[in-house]
Amino acid sequence: MEHYKMNLTLKVWRQKDKDSKGRFETYHVKDISSEMSFLEMFDVLNEQLIQEGKDPVAFDSDCREGICGACSMYVDGRAHGPWQRNTVCQLHMRAYRDGDTIVVEPWRSAAFPVIKDLTVDRSAFDRVIEAGGYVSANTGSAPDANAIPVSKWAAETAFDAAACIGCGACVAACPNGSAALFISAKVAQLAYLPQGDAERKTRVVNMMEQAKKEGFGNCGSIGNCEAECPKGISIGNIAKRNREYMRAVTSTGPEGI
Amino acid sequence: MVLDAKVPQGEMKDKWQNYKDHCRLVSPANKRNLEIIVIGTGLAGASAAASFGELGYNVKAFCFQDSPRRAHSIAAQGGINAAKNYSNDGDSIFRLFYETEKGGDFRSRESNTYRLAQLSGNIIDQCVAQGVPFAREYGGLLANRSFGGTQVSRTFYARGQTGQQLLLGAYGALQRQVATGKVTVYSRHEMLDLVVIDGKARGIIVRNLVTGKLERYSAHAVVLASGGYGNVYFLSTNAMGCNVTAAWKSHKRGAYFANACYTQIHPTCIPVSGDYQSKLTLMSESLRNDGRIWVPKNKDEKRKASEIPPEDRDYYLERRYPSFGNLVPRDVASRAAKERCDAGYGVGTTKQAVYLDFAEAIKRYGKMEAHKAAIENPDEQTIRNLGMGVVKDKYGNLFAMYEKITGENPYEVPMRIYPAVHYTMGGLWVDYELETTLPGLFAIGECNFSDHGANRLGASSLMQGLADGYFIIPYTIGNYLADDIKTPAISTKHPAFDEVEKEVTERIQKLMNIKGTKSVDHFHKMLGKIMWDKCGMSRNEKGLTEAITEIQQLREEFWKDLRIPGEIDSMNPELDKAQRVADFMELGELMCRDALDRKESCGAHFREESQTPEGEALRIDDQFSYVSAWEYKKEGEELHKENLTFELTHPSQRSYK
Ligand SMILES: Cc1cc2nc3c(=O)[nH]c(=O)nc-3n(C[C@H](O)[C@H](O)[C@H](O)COP(=O)(O)OP(=O)(O)OC[C@H]3O[C@@H](n4cnc5c(N)ncnc54)[C@H](O)[C@@H]3O)c2cc1C
Ligand code: SF4
Ligand code: FES
Repeated sequence: MEHYKMNLTLKVWRQKDKDSKGRFETYHVKDISSEMSFLEMFDVLNEQLIQEGKDPVAFDSDCREGICGACSMYVDGRAHGPWQRNTVCQLHMRAYRDGDTIVVEPWRSAAFPVIKDLTVDRSAFDRVIEAGGYVSANTGSAPDANAIPVSKWAAETAFDAAACIGCGACVAACPNGSAALFISAKVAQLAYLPQGDAERKTRVVNMMEQAKKEGFGNCGSIGNCEAECPKGISIGNIAKRNREYMRAVTSTGPEGI
Repeated sequence: MVLDAKVPQGEMKDKWQNYKDHCRLVSPANKRNLEIIVIGTGLAGASAAASFGELGYNVKAFCFQDSPRRAHSIAAQGGINAAKNYSNDGDSIFRLFYETEKGGDFRSRESNTYRLAQLSGNIIDQCVAQGVPFAREYGGLLANRSFGGTQVSRTFYARGQTGQQLLLGAYGALQRQVATGKVTVYSRHEMLDLVVIDGKARGIIVRNLVTGKLERYSAHAVVLASGGYGNVYFLSTNAMGCNVTAAWKSHKRGAYFANACYTQIHPTCIPVSGDYQSKLTLMSESLRNDGRIWVPKNKDEKRKASEIPPEDRDYYLERRYPSFGNLVPRDVASRAAKERCDAGYGVGTTKQAVYLDFAEAIKRYGKMEAHKAAIENPDEQTIRNLGMGVVKDKYGNLFAMYEKITGENPYEVPMRIYPAVHYTMGGLWVDYELETTLPGLFAIGECNFSDHGANRLGASSLMQGLADGYFIIPYTIGNYLADDIKTPAISTKHPAFDEVEKEVTERIQKLMNIKGTKSVDHFHKMLGKIMWDKCGMSRNEKGLTEAITEIQQLREEFWKDLRIPGEIDSMNPELDKAQRVADFMELGELMCRDALDRKESCGAHFREESQTPEGEALRIDDQFSYVSAWEYKKEGEELHKENLTFELTHPSQRSYK
């Protein structure tokens, strides 16, 4: 693979804190290597700002390998930037050419307030999980791991849903700011596994109610979420969630039956 | 102070049961009045906090990320060990214990390692019950694979995302306790110091990373689960935020720091490509199950990897270690890669890389699949496609990650890999109860030194974090808190809180007032370079002595010429980084001192002065069979030794030939 250097213009959203008004600032970065990651390019920008005595751009990142879900930049109108199935920390500068201008914003959604520059508050997701995104299994009470066989298909399908990294791109990409894909990933994972069965009804109902309280919008089946999801979480999970929801609200009788 | 590991009486296999039978308990009514602080929400912290909540304690859990689910454990790839013997290949608790002990080059405390092996099975049970989607066979039972340093298949896995799935299970359990009100999670909060009252750990000072304000929290006991310190090298496979601050500040308040120099350098990582690099990416050890490692036999080989015929390739691990081959432990594999590259056989533009090649695995699996599907005389392309399917199933996410970073397709060309800093076996010294030398301060997961000796085997850190958090600390903390049932909630108005908060405030102001010219990253990179060059994969007396002086000079410069923009009372990531690096600067020196003191080679600690004629690590048991435990003193660190005794194992020269 051939490597090259480039000069770029960046238009970056700057906002002092939650209550301040934000604005775009324009910056120029030079000699960016095509081998750098997008966030390393931001490291270069920040180093430059520090040298100039200015405040560096605040953004979330931790693992920088696409798994922790911390990074969250809206790049040229797309959550996580131009590559499919990719987090912005895994976006590499070979996606760009010398002279390009790149516009970078935070996630924008009522439920994810901006706290500084490109950093948003996604604690609403934690509260949605808190409402039921788990199996209630106290430490020490579990039977032998092989006591309940789970078909390979069910385990794989559950895994596909469980791969969600909780980044919030689906919400940022959705015109309604819906968390449907995120919720459906957890609901589906646990609905496909026998271990999740006992709490199937309350889980889906409570998670959806909490999402409403947090200010996430309704799903309008637009599909942007799936298109922008870095982990390829399928919109089929939303259909599964809806079936689970219908099952929960229409069937009578106790849980698990 | 004499180090007392408080190992229970009895035969090795009975010790933990004896402990549980006789430790003191706290009644449910009393648990309601007791508070516990947990620093960290990785596997160790989340599992501990959730289990404490279930038991009825009041828990305050802290993490610096924006959500507990993002702790670094999320990035673990390959798997978690357990002595279930589901594979029917001769595994047992003893064997897991023995291999962990041997893998650690006989430098860990037998009783802790044995208990870890005993608890390994319960972990898998617990995680399955939580809905962790482990890999399964067609019959619906759990699947296993092998990892380095072992000859059985005991590793449970969830594709290449085992840490993610285990952590999300523990995070679910944690959030469930948040819902009950038993646990409060403080995200974007960083512990900056420990508060000690009457000789006991009773609280912490934290910075709210959003507002920049300092806050005080108190509890009857403090549990550190703050992870490892590999980022002292700047470049490592750890997440950007991993740091030593919680452990280091606790060390300065009285907790001994053990085996600081034991750093694991992982053999299979994507090589460094430039100065701008912010971190290194691991390619899971599980890849060594199927990938073969080689370099060209010819130093100035110009051909593409695929054009080099077998007779011109040096499969150096298979050559040197025929019985373990590509699955030798990490320290051995890393040194062997370094040896080949130093000798001039490295590949790629920097010559600091070796090949990890899947071509044969793809062919082998393809033939098997064709056979299963009863395809007669399959052509090469069919075999390849089928084989790629199998490899994709097993390692798809790792291959995709590799391609994103390097722009090369590893199904077509071999991966290029090189060793990188990955894990720190050293950490706070703890006794059998996982309590540090500071009463009321416990340390679990990667931040303690226990269990792995001088080298950790693959898939055993997840196991340790969860054993500590789910199954050990819930008992041992009760034994400690039994004395505290009459102690009312600790007031954060206590003068000790005033004092520590004042120190923290002054330290922050001092950092902000330097107003120098160089960024935190500048100093961090310089420190990393010294550590990598002189306290990395291979160490010697001269280099270590130089490193200590260089670090001292660098530290001085740091406190003179650092520039932190922004303000104290608002979100300021540069200030957060500066505090972490300030602590790394002190830790780095201790690591070099520890490495200097240990004149033997053992596990990942390779002292050039102590090697066998074949260049393997040579232990010197009669002088160094101890855990080094350093006590912080103003005038300098003082070394204490916990002598290691061996009941079940006989330390022998490790051989993987
Ligand atoms: C890329 C990679 C792959 C790995 N793969 C495997 C594998 O396959 N199998 C295996 O067994 N091991 C693996 N490991 C090792 C393993 O992942 C870690 O050792 C383990 O997850 C550590 O868990 P922990 O709970 O101790 O700490 P961590 O998960 O690192 O969590 C630390 C927690 O402490 C918090 N924290 C730290 N400092 C502070 C502070 N000052 N104030 C407040 N909070 C703080 C953090 O926010 C975080 O929540 C891998 C490691 C890496 C880097
Ligand atoms: S569903 Fe996809 S986009 Fe949404 S949070 Fe999960 S990983 Fe991110
Ligand atoms: S930084 Fe972890 S997913 Fe991007």
